[in-house]
Amino acid sequence: MTNEKTPDSKASPKSFVAAVASDARKSPVRVAFVTRRTSAQVQAYDEPKLQSFPEVLFRVAIAIEVLAIILVLISLFFNAPLEGLADASHTPNPAKAPWYFLGLQELLHYFPPVVAGVLVPTLVVLALIVIPYFNINVEADGLFTKDRDKRLRIFWAVSVTFCVFLLVFDVIVALVPTLITVALMAYAATATPKSSSKFRRSLAAKPLSFWIMSWFLFELAVLTTVGTLFRGPGWSWVLPWRS
Amino acid sequence: MSTTFNRYFGELRKTRIWRSVFRGGTGQSTLRNSMAIQQNVFLHLLPTKVRTRMIDFNATWYLGTLTLGTFGILVITGILLMLYYHPSAPQAYADTKDLQFVVSSGQFLRNLHRWSAHAMVFLVFAHMFRVFYRGAYRPPREFNWVIGVILLLVTLLLSYTGYLLPWDQLAFWAITVGSNIASAVPIMGDKVRFLMLGGHFVNANALLRFYVLHCMILPLAALFFIAIHFWRIRKDGGLYTRHSEPDAVMTTAPAERPL
Repeated sequence: MTNEKTPDSKASPKSFVAAVASDARKSPVRVAFVTRRTSAQVQAYDEPKLQSFPEVLFRVAIAIEVLAIILVLISLFFNAPLEGLADASHTPNPAKAPWYFLGLQELLHYFPPVVAGVLVPTLVVLALIVIPYFNINVEADGLFTKDRDKRLRIFWAVSVTFCVFLLVFDVIVALVPTLITVALMAYAATATPKSSSKFRRSLAAKPLSFWIMSWFLFELAVLTTVGTLFRGPGWSWVLPWRS
Repeated sequence: MSTTFNRYFGELRKTRIWRSVFRGGTGQSTLRNSMAIQQNVFLHLLPTKVRTRMIDFNATWYLGTLTLGTFGILVITGILLMLYYHPSAPQAYADTKDLQFVVSSGQFLRNLHRWSAHAMVFLVFAHMFRVFYRGAYRPPREFNWVIGVILLLVTLLLSYTGYLLPWDQLAFWAITVGSNIASAVPIMGDKVRFLMLGGHFVNANALLRFYVLHCMILPLAALFFIAIHFWRIRKDGGLYTRHSEPDAVMTTAPAERPL
């Protein structure tokens, strides 16, 4: 918002654009002086809004009701599991944690508890917390659009090291999603924002945080599924439809 | 149908009793509708207005709303389950059996609580990934993302502590597996596990601790952070819309902006 000082202006009113700036670093406080006999014309883009009461709350109520109906139907037809009385002298094989921890339990099969049970979850939580505090996540440029050669070198070094690490510990279950992600990233590196296909253009625009989070999601889904469905006695590989 | 509803609801809002309870008062005007939000201790955590395009199902998939819904169902069914449950071994198992075979609708109550709990864990994860892929963690919403991570942990702990309460083999050994991991913490691992279980093994003390955590401490923590989470949505400028940053606001008209 700027306005030149125009003492005896008979010209048309100055144009202003009003916007709410959220990033204090990029948009320091600005003060516009509107001098006498200059009328300020403010153009604010005020997009359409709905009243929370009743329109939005009504939709929220409907969404929760639909959810409740689905959960009630599931509860009518499927019973919660209940096994025999807790018995410390009789260990079931395999003893499994709740499903959302089975990804970690799968890792526990390959790594010592201090790594799979303490280090990995701590690092995951810390990594999640710091996401919004790194500018690279906030700016979100395509990973290979800047410093292409340097970033490609780092990407290959990190990927190969990590895959070798997983191979050494024989973590094939985690290696497969990693290899697929690495292949997709390598494919993304060959694309540019001007590539012909829409898919390649979107790949080229993906920032580093997207790749890391997608890899994490992929690993989480695969490890949890394997731990839940494909692990039997002695944590051996079983097929769920054969038991 | 809706006009009939609106008329009766309008009449209800005019009554002296309604007006003594809800400070918003009567009327359908924008001011009155805004006051219905602002003047209510619970609803004032929410914004009075929401961008129309954010109401669209595709904008958010209502994942946060649905997570809140599962939490509500869990609180209600959980309180009802508490009426039939003693947190002592082996009585806890007998109570769970009674819920299945003796208490009217006890099986249904327990089913609803358990499946809603699984749904809540799943929805919290889905909500987190959705927020991430939309980029809604960006400034000034950083800290609300952090609160979200805290709520994810509280949800996992709620689910995990509840897992022990039926006191069956499934519960006992799942918690044994989990608590063995706690003992892998360097230096103070065994102390951490002792604090968690109230003993060296999963026993009656562990059941009582998990019960107190599950029914008292963790739900209160969840409520506390949910309140901040919702309030911060309002304070940080409403639900995040992509390209709502100043530069984009100035260069494109609202209709041209993507979601």
